[in-house]
Amino acid sequence: MTTRSAIKTSTLLAQTAAIASDVAARHAADVDSKSRFPQETFDALRQARLLSAAVPAAYGGVGAGMLELGAQCAALAQGCGSSGMVLAMHHIQVACMARHGRDSAFFERYLRENLVERQELVASITSENGTFGDTRSSVCAIAIDKDRMSLEKDATTVSYGAHADAQLVTCRRTADAAASDQVLVLFEKGSYTLAQTGTWDTLGMRGTCSPGAKFAGNGAAGQILPGSFADSSAQTMVPYSHILWSALWSGIAADAIGRAAAFVRAGARKNPGSVPPNAIRLARAHVELQAMRNNWEACAIEFDEMTASDDQAARETLGTMGWALKMNQLKMACSEVAPRLCHEALQIIGIMGYKNDSPFSVGRHYRDVLSAALMVSNERIAAKSASMLLVFKDD
Amino acid sequence: MSENAAKIRTVLKEHARLNRDADTLSDDSDLYQAGMTSHASVNVMLALEGEFDIEFPDHMLKRSVFESVGAIVSAIDELTEGR
Ligand SMILES: Cc1cc2nc3c(=O)[nH]c(=O)nc-3n(C[C@H](O)[C@H](O)[C@H](O)COP(=O)(O)OP(=O)(O)OC[C@H]3O[C@@H](n4cnc5c(N)ncnc54)[C@H](O)[C@@H]3O)c2cc1C
Repeated sequence: MTTRSAIKTSTLLAQTAAIASDVAARHAADVDSKSRFPQETFDALRQARLLSAAVPAAYGGVGAGMLELGAQCAALAQGCGSSGMVLAMHHIQVACMARHGRDSAFFERYLRENLVERQELVASITSENGTFGDTRSSVCAIAIDKDRMSLEKDATTVSYGAHADAQLVTCRRTADAAASDQVLVLFEKGSYTLAQTGTWDTLGMRGTCSPGAKFAGNGAAGQILPGSFADSSAQTMVPYSHILWSALWSGIAADAIGRAAAFVRAGARKNPGSVPPNAIRLARAHVELQAMRNNWEACAIEFDEMTASDDQAARETLGTMGWALKMNQLKMACSEVAPRLCHEALQIIGIMGYKNDSPFSVGRHYRDVLSAALMVSNERIAAKSASMLLVFKDD
Repeated sequence: MSENAAKIRTVLKEHARLNRDADTLSDDSDLYQAGMTSHASVNVMLALEGEFDIEFPDHMLKRSVFESVGAIVSAIDELTEGR
């Protein structure tokens, strides 16, 4: 499904939107104030079998493309930002396995049995003490002994690690591999320990429950995702992350602007015949909201078109600097505009938006999207783009 | 060893931040496995453009084109063909 009009009739999207308003939105304030996992949302998604949305139909999943997945994450984030982020992160991990595990009996079975039949949830451990936020380098290395392997990792931030059924972990390929010569390894519950090393008392995205943790796991060598992380990162993890994150940030911003619009309409009804002054500000905010949506949707459609055949040429294109720059630019644009839109919503609504217990409150939205620019630092991303632009000609 | 391959090795020594001497690499050794990061690879590209007086078109700006001395030799041959 690669067109905007087809998305409108998506049952996946309709089911998710219902869960967003009936379940996620109802518990969002409690999830936020207690900094707890949005269990009700994920129980509902699991029951509706929506956790396998990103699994290809060949393995029994929904086989949704990027545009549909983005719309799904945005819809859920309108009800609860943390829920939208957890769902996006899960899809990212699933996509890495679906797109790079196809030649592996282990991963094919995992997709079919664990992700589709049992609707399991997968967390990700890319961050590590000592790599300073650079996902493309690792300190820890996998230890391989014949057909067995083991790994220890000191992670700075692990979202919903304690609530997940498996962890997908980056590490160096061997003990003497370079820091950037990495692989992804899947560990299923029961084969690892995750000892929490810090707390997760943050400004926002509190329901993602992402404290630091010391990971130790072991298993069979077949749990190492085929190929290199250099490829799965460029061809899958980065595009899925930056597009789905941008989509869910736009969902949060849309809900904040939606509250501002409801506030303006309520004012207008009291005084028909005159346009309230804050309606002008709302009109300007809508300009940015539309641009934000179009930005992630255009990237999603391009990705879906490119991967429709999923031949070698498409994978090569995803590995070019041109595509990497596009992903960086999308992430920087959406992570910067989302807080601005929440700020606008607050200015339009005023004190009723500032209050946490008002129906027009936008505090949680604002706090949630402040994580966007930090979640892979925009400064780090800008530095990478700047370096690529020294050789990229946009020809 | 061709003249171009020797020049490429000199560029790699200066800019690729490899974890071993570029002269000990065979033509098809993987430079990324030898420690070249994507950041270092940009410096390699810039230095190659200067050294060979070429410009890599955007479609060539991908990992596989710079993954080994041999791959870089063919890219440069392609760009300097008929000179
Ligand atoms: C809500 C949320 C959920 C997350 N979930 C997970 C998860 O599930 N799993 C996981 O592994 N990780 C997760 N992370 C961590 C994330 O992947 C990053 O590792 C983390 O956000 C970066 O941390 P940092 O700011 O210390 O790192 P850094 O990128 O090192 O940034 C530190 C500081 O240095 C600056 N800086 C960095 N590079 C440059 C540069 N080149 N030029 C100028 N300044 C620079 C930055 O601006 C920043 O001020 C999550 C983060 C958030 C916010």
